[in-house]
Amino acid sequence: MDWTASLQGLVGGVLIGLSAVWLMGTMGRIAGISGIVGNLITQRPKGDSAWRVTFVLGLISGPLLLMVLGGGFGNVANAPGAVIGEPAGGVVLMLVAGLLVGLGTGLGSGCTSGHGVCGIARLSTRSIAATVMFLITAIITVYVVRHVIGGGA
Amino acid sequence: MKMVMGYIAGLLFGLGLAISGMTDPARVLGFLDIAGAWDPTLMFVLGGAVVTSFIGYRLVFKRSGPLFGERFQLPTKKDLDAKLLGGAALFGIGWGLSGYCPGPAIASVSGLTIPLAAMLIAMVVGWFAARIVTR
Repeated sequence: MDWTASLQGLVGGVLIGLSAVWLMGTMGRIAGISGIVGNLITQRPKGDSAWRVTFVLGLISGPLLLMVLGGGFGNVANAPGAVIGEPAGGVVLMLVAGLLVGLGTGLGSGCTSGHGVCGIARLSTRSIAATVMFLITAIITVYVVRHVIGGGA
Repeated sequence: MKMVMGYIAGLLFGLGLAISGMTDPARVLGFLDIAGAWDPTLMFVLGGAVVTSFIGYRLVFKRSGPLFGERFQLPTKKDLDAKLLGGAALFGIGWGLSGYCPGPAIASVSGLTIPLAAMLIAMVVGWFAARIVTR
């Protein structure tokens, strides 16, 4: 097992947790990306949009900062030290995937961060159920793509 | 002040995603591929994030409210309806196809590729579609 990768995962995870705690402590908000960004784009809530914009800027500047600083702090699987990995497929696949991710997180009121991190930390039954559900369908999807269609590639 | 707090939260989140390797779809798909060369990284990310927020939330909730807001805004719904579970199921399929959930997809724009741009545009379309469906 690649312990360096796992340790980086743990450190990054703690930072994500700190972000969630920070946002709750200062603003009283759940750090759910699909909620923060989705509501910003689809509703532009009056008086409640500016912090969403700066949150997105922060989200983007995190990886950017690591790249500018250098030092190989990234954790890309097949390119040690790189910060951002390559997409797993072409435009058509990504259009389908993006549509499903947008529609699914919109209907399901959350994604990996809102349900998977914040919701589980609050011991929310809805979030735990949603997380189990999206993990199951994601695992099945990867199984079908890689081992049924892809022949175990 | 809210804008500064929002930026700091986003920065911490973005750094966390980048350091943990979640900005690499291969790592995410490697975790989801339990029948292949399984990559446990995401488990450590989720574990670290959940434990940190579990402890941190308990400290934060001892206060009467957030520092720069009126109250803690928490979801109040309790029921497991078809919208929640159906939405989560669809999201999982998209996540499994691409290896991107919304956070990493947005955080990766400084390394923008055409497929990622397509994903982001479709995701926004999906968000609008979800609003129309639920209206």
